[in-house]
Parts: sequence; C-alpha cells; structure tokens
Amino acid sequence: MTIDLGDAFAAFIEWLQNNLDPLFDAISFLIGTTIEGFEQVLLFLPSWVMILLFTLLAWWVSTRGVAVFTLIGLTFLETVEFAIFGMQVSFGMGLWEATMQTLALVTTATLLSLIIGIPVGIWAAKNDIVDAIVRPILDFMQTMPAFVYLIPAVVLFGLGEVPGVIATFIFATPPCVRLTNLGIRQVSEEAVEAAQSFGSTPRQLLFKVELPMALPTILAGINQTVLLALSMVVIAALIGAGGLGDPVVEGISQLRIGIGFEGGLAIVILAIFLDRITQAIGEKAGTTPTAAA
Amino acid sequence: MAVIEVEGLWKIYGDDPKAARRLAKEDGLSKAEVKEETGSVIAVNDASFEVGEQEIFVVMGLSGSGKSTLLRCVNRLIEPTFGEVYVGGEEVTAFDEEQLRNIRRSKMSMVFQNFGLFPHRTVLGNVEYGLEVAGRERDERREKARRSLVTVGLEGYEDSMPNELSGGMQQRVGLARALVNDPEILLMDEAFSALDPLIREEMQNELLDLQEQWDPACTILFITHDLDEALKMGDRIAIMKDGRLAQVGTPTEILTDPADDYVRSFVQNVDRTKIIPARSVMRDLQDDESNESTDEWPTVSPHTPIAELLPILLDTDGPIAVRDESDQLRGVISRKAVMKEVMRNAGVNGEREESAEPVQVEAAK
Repeated sequence: MTIDLGDAFAAFIEWLQNNLDPLFDAISFLIGTTIEGFEQVLLFLPSWVMILLFTLLAWWVSTRGVAVFTLIGLTFLETVEFAIFGMQVSFGMGLWEATMQTLALVTTATLLSLIIGIPVGIWAAKNDIVDAIVRPILDFMQTMPAFVYLIPAVVLFGLGEVPGVIATFIFATPPCVRLTNLGIRQVSEEAVEAAQSFGSTPRQLLFKVELPMALPTILAGINQTVLLALSMVVIAALIGAGGLGDPVVEGISQLRIGIGFEGGLAIVILAIFLDRITQAIGEKAGTTPTAAA
Repeated sequence: MAVIEVEGLWKIYGDDPKAARRLAKEDGLSKAEVKEETGSVIAVNDASFEVGEQEIFVVMGLSGSGKSTLLRCVNRLIEPTFGEVYVGGEEVTAFDEEQLRNIRRSKMSMVFQNFGLFPHRTVLGNVEYGLEVAGRERDERREKARRSLVTVGLEGYEDSMPNELSGGMQQRVGLARALVNDPEILLMDEAFSALDPLIREEMQNELLDLQEQWDPACTILFITHDLDEALKMGDRIAIMKDGRLAQVGTPTEILTDPADDYVRSFVQNVDRTKIIPARSVMRDLQDDESNESTDEWPTVSPHTPIAELLPILLDTDGPIAVRDESDQLRGVISRKAVMKEVMRNAGVNGEREESAEPVQVEAAK
C-alpha cells in the first residue's frame, strides 16, 4: 500500500470544501465585510485630508521627522496637479486608491492575526504542552512557501481579497504568537510571585501584571506582523486581492519596468510609515505608566 | 498562641518524594545521598517550628539551604510536599484557591529580595495593588496606600515610577505595599540583602522601630543569609542547613550554646557585643521607674549594640534607660548586665576557647 501525502492533503481540502462550505462562507463574509468597511472609511474623505490626518498621527505618536516623511511620501502616492508660470505640472504616482485598498487588507489581516495570535501566545506561555504543539505549527506557517497555501485558500474562499487576507494571516501571525509568548514568559518571577502573594486571581495576574509588563514585547510582535502582512501584498495580488500588488504584478507579467517600480516604491513608503507608527506606539507603551484600572 | 505553626514540613522535587523522605528520615541519608540514590532534591527537610504573636522569627541559612522555599511554603507560593502549615490556628495547607487568596489578601503579605515591584505602575499603584485585587473602592485604597507610604517615609513619591527610585526607596515601596492591608504576618524574603550596607542598617532599624510602634505589631518571618542581620533582628532564630533546621533559639542561645558544629562554625567569630542589642540585656521596669523618674539617666535605643553602651558606662555608674522612638521608657540596663555580656564575649568563663578550635571549622565545611 502506498500512502501519497499530497493526494491525502488534496482529499482533505476537498472534504472541507464539500462538508464545511457554510463555515467558509461565513468566514468569507466576515472578512469581506471588514475589508470593505475599512476601504470605505479610508476612501471616504478626500486624499489630501487623509494625508493630513496621517501626518498629524505620525507627529503625535512619533517625531517630526516621521511626520515630514509621511506628508511627502503619501503625497507622492497621490497625483498632484498645479500650475506654475502658466505651466501645468503634474507629479505623483496616482496610486492612492490602491494604497488604501492595501492598507485595508493589511489592517484586516493584522487584526485577524492579533485576535487569534495573542490569545494563542498567552496560552502557550502558560502551558508548556501547548507551547510544544504550537511551535512547529508556527515554523510551518512561516517557512511553507506562500504559493502552496494560496491554492487551497482559493479553493475554499474563491478569488479576491478574502483568500489574500487568509494567506497574509498565515504568514504574518507567527511573530505575534511568538513574541506574546516570550513577553509573558519574560515577566520577572518575583513580580508574578508578588502579585500572587497579594491574592491575585489568575485573571488579575494576567491583566494587571503579566500583559502590561509584556506589552512592549507584544507590540514589537505586532510591528513585525504588520510588516510581514505588507510583504504579502504582491502575492495576494496574484489571486485578485488588488491594491498595490497589482502594479507590481503588471510590471512583472508585461515587463513594464516603470509601473512595477512605482508599485514597489509605494509599498516601501507604506511600510516605513506603518513601521515607524507601530514602533513609536511600542516605545511609548514601554515608558509611560498604564493607568491603574 | 502561635501565629504560625509549621509541622513536619517537606518540600521534595522529584518523581518519588515518598521514597526520598523515607531515605532521609528513616535511613538518615544526607541531601546529597538522597539525590544520588533517587534523583530527588530535598529542599525542606522535616521543618517544624512555631512563631509567636508579634515575634520576629528569623530563618538564617546560606544560599541553597532551602530558607526561601520554606518561606514560600508558608503562604503556599510553593506547594509543600508533606506536612502542615497553620496560620492563626487554620490549616493553610488544606485551603482551596479561594481561601488561600483570602488569607493572602487579609492576613499575610510578603516583601521580596529584589523588591518585586510592578515597573508599569506608579509607586501609589504598586502600594494599592493588594487592596485593588481584593476589590476595595478606589478612594479607600488610595487613602490607605498614601498612609502606608507615609509610614515608610515616602510621602511625595506617589506618582513616581519605581525605576526612578534608589534601591532603598524601592524596598520602602515594597514594604509599604506589604503593609497596606494591615497584615498580621509579614513574610520577608532576604528583604534587605540587595541594599547597600548603610541603607540596610537604616532599614533594619526602621523595621524594628515600626514593629515596636505598631499596635498590634506584625508577626514577622524574616529570611536572611547574614548572621549579623539574623542576630540583630531576631527574637528567635532558626539556622537552616541542607533543608534542615539545625537549631532554633534566641540569639543568645545560638551564640552561647550552638547545637552542632555547623552552627558553632557560624557563630564562633562573632563579636557579640557589636550585635546583641540593648533590649536583650535590659530588665523590666520596677515600680518606682517611670518616664519622669529616669529623666536624668543616659538614654539609648533598644537596638543599640552593647559595645556602644561601654563609653556611656565610663561616664556614669548609673543604670541606663532604654527608650524607643517615641521616647517611651522600655527597660533599664545595669552596669552589671553589660559587664556580664562583655565577659561572656571575651570567653572569660571558658566557652570561647573551646569553640574556637580550627579543626571544627574544617569539619563544618
């Protein structure tokens, strides 16, 4: 008897498709609605208002330098037209809508990663058996080439943004789990003992001591998750997720060097913006007190 | 009545604690031999002792002697393997989670060697923690936390973060946090060991003063590896070696009548006059002695070591009055009592020569 691992997996996916279709429809609906919601919010206001809002956000959580970068970088993503000395000047890449689509996808995938990743990380920190089981799964998620799980994702969720989010989720969740786990395990034993010696319940210990003390590490994990999510944009575009991956894919498939470059540059600008913002939030959480609830 | 009673307490790490206990108890194997035989590590070996009301009971031992484990068995931060712990007559070792939380919230608190402060909370947030988890109202716990900070001399630092304070001040926060719920029992795990010598002495004196002022005073279970500290702080001392209590007694008993070579090797080089405090040689007040009638006498604090009484006795023959922080007369010391102690220390009656043989030092190692 020969056991064909590949065939078995294919059969498993087929079985899922045949038997759990309503479940996947529900997940699909939920994720689809979330992305659409984010997209509508992000594209509701005119681009220049959004650029100003993002700049103010950067200024507020980070430094003036990051704010200046945000203003210039995001302006480049849009197309700016003005007249000078009677001459019509137009510059920019005109990728604003694609950028906001990508931002919506990244935000949705990150949220999904956090909603699942943080609790799993906490569980793994508390339970060595869970940790031993989760660890190889995370390795699997991080090293399995994305194209491989792209196919079952399409089979189960169809083409479009939803399988893009699922694929992004698979790739981007591990650092969130790992760093939540690490952060909680790193909380000093004396602080944990102190909390217990004053009669904390396990829940009080977690929410009043362990999570706040692990917060800087957890936020570092979130930062990594955001950046990994962004790095999946091009692959997600292959299955019709749209956004900034599209010009890159177009550049590859049609050998249009200029368009590919613009898409790539836009992704880099967005990545730097998101990185600096999430990093600044992490640093703030590390230094300022959390108000005692 | 004893506030804390520990009976036949064992903590054994390993797969077959019963076998380890049998080997240690019935066959008299040492900690190392039991480990060799079974792979189990005996951290606490059949410890039994009682701590009386308002007593300061010091457990002294070198690192690895199991003293911190013993302390944690009392509030069950570490689960004892065998034996019972009673607090106020209640069997803590039989408590469920809920009862355990209640007794930790209301009766016992703990002070840690490296302070165990919560770095994300302000000083006030740290101090009020115990009341917060017990579900007290915000105003009440703030008020109590402020009062507790005043007690340890940290008023004005409520909104500081722990890492902005010096080590000594951080441990004051640790102490204030432990005192905030008016505990009956304070568990202090090497509480002053991480501090500079000067700060350590200051904190020791303050704790002794506080303990005298409190009414009712806390019962304190104090862990240390420092013999001087043990002798200074302890009403009674337990010397611990390899998980076993080698001797339990008053500082004077430990110094004058060591139970075995191990204890003897510890205490033989101690200059007792620098450690034994005035209070341990003072006698109770007689009827005609009051704050007023002894007004003219030289005054010392109860913690003044005997050596420091000598210069005073050069100037005056008279008895010395012992007064606490609040100038209350606590007792009287006669010249004779001091001389007796000094003679004993000098080994005039022969005890000292006997215990100073170098052979025994070797044996103890």
